[in-house]
Amino acid sequence: MAKPMIFTGFDFGTLAAKVVIMQEGSIISSEISKIKGIPEQVASDVLDKALSRAGLSLGEVNYSVSTGWGRKRVPFANIDIGEMPCLAKGARFLFPSVMTVIDVGGHSTRAVSISEAGRVTDYNTNDKCAAGTGRFFELVADALELKLEELASLADRSKDPAKISSQCCVFAESEVITMVNEGRELVDIVAGVHDSVARRLAAIAGAIGIKEDVVMTGGCAKNRRLAEGLANHLKVDIITPAIDPQLVGATGAALIAQDRYGST
Amino acid sequence: MIIAGCDVGSLSAEAVIMRDGAIISSEIIRVRPRPEQSATDVMDKALEKAGLTYKNIEYCVSTGYGRERIPFADNNISEISCHGKGAQWLVPSVRTVIDVGGQDCKVIRVDENGKLVNFVMNDKCAAGTGRFLEFMAKVLDVGIEDLGPQGLSSLNSVAITNMCSIYAETEVLHYVYEGKNPADIAAGINRSMAERVNSLVKRVGVEEDICITGGVAKNTGVVKNLEETLQVSAQKLPVDPQSVGAIGACLFAKEELGNRDR
Repeated sequence: MAKPMIFTGFDFGTLAAKVVIMQEGSIISSEISKIKGIPEQVASDVLDKALSRAGLSLGEVNYSVSTGWGRKRVPFANIDIGEMPCLAKGARFLFPSVMTVIDVGGHSTRAVSISEAGRVTDYNTNDKCAAGTGRFFELVADALELKLEELASLADRSKDPAKISSQCCVFAESEVITMVNEGRELVDIVAGVHDSVARRLAAIAGAIGIKEDVVMTGGCAKNRRLAEGLANHLKVDIITPAIDPQLVGATGAALIAQDRYGST
Repeated sequence: MIIAGCDVGSLSAEAVIMRDGAIISSEIIRVRPRPEQSATDVMDKALEKAGLTYKNIEYCVSTGYGRERIPFADNNISEISCHGKGAQWLVPSVRTVIDVGGQDCKVIRVDENGKLVNFVMNDKCAAGTGRFLEFMAKVLDVGIEDLGPQGLSSLNSVAITNMCSIYAETEVLHYVYEGKNPADIAAGINRSMAERVNSLVKRVGVEEDICITGGVAKNTGVVKNLEETLQVSAQKLPVDPQSVGAIGACLFAKEELGNRDR
């Protein structure tokens, strides 16, 4: 029997590194790690963890594709590919009916339109400003001494969401602190934060034609309230993947690795 | 004649007391949760220093972000007018005032009487404001007052390419991970700050002389970079650059009192 083919996809984001290992079209191992340290070293460490979990070594990997902000700094990658095609590929693999991907990560937000054939036909990103990314939730969680995971359920208890007027995350953080000092209810502030990010996301995503089915990916897709808020603004249903939504780009990269290997 | 000016900004509050046209007391504090509290605290201190009480103040003008909520003020005037007025009174040749405060940046053009001619302001994005420096100082784990001197000691500044404070934070973190010299990173932060302020200055144009006010004027690194980019040297102020708005407010108080008594 021929040895099974192993492909890896590595998504080196600004805040987290994600790797997916695939064998014969299914995910056999993955790893997500916060980036702290020299990029090349982080990349190798994250891959090593995922490989050892699958009982594999680097020598057994047939082909690797890197993507994401730090994709040029992944030493073991055979090639690097932009984030949009990887997101499109990964999302289509998970949901064959998907036409739009909204990826909301720590630093970047991307909305991608996909053709029937799976090609990227249009996209928009948050570009030069971090408003409408996950980082704002982190800043708020830190400032209010809350856990990222508890923000959505706290916000659900609000009856009178606060209005956050600053778009800039850094100013909005100050605004939130002022509200705390003025005695606003924590749940109302947190609800206001969700509304403010959802509004910004809707503006970024709305710039491309939103076609259903719409899938939300990236770390922020774990925030159910945000996904619902965005769905309300865009007036569409939004689905989220069953796998960790942070892994969709890396999954796409692994699938592209498989395609490329076949064609070489 | 005893008059007072009170400037309650987003990060600091200043009070200035004048007697017969000369400054007799001046105080600066970090803001309290509420503008009313900040104003009262800073004015209490300034009055105490001068051996006066609120009853002695004949007229008080408030300015700054919290200016409408100052209980003891007779009137409030925008900080743009106050900074222009104060700076031109301190250095009569000044025609352009660059005020870089905690939460905004303004470039103010005034005439020979300190009257506002034109201005441009950024208060939407933290880039080019004191908040950016504060954020970066936290990332580098140094005091905000150390960024200036640290940066000046660098011979090989790093490049910070992102305007957004959040992205600049990541850039700075990567430099830290790569073991770059903290002085070189501080220099990069100061330079990026100066470039951002400069882009605002360009929109309204420079008429000499210029001066720099607000808390960021105390960052020698940013000031030097800004002077280099603008190719002008900034006039030195004889007072704490953070107190210029409150001084301007005092001068307006003097005018308004004069008009009232006439």
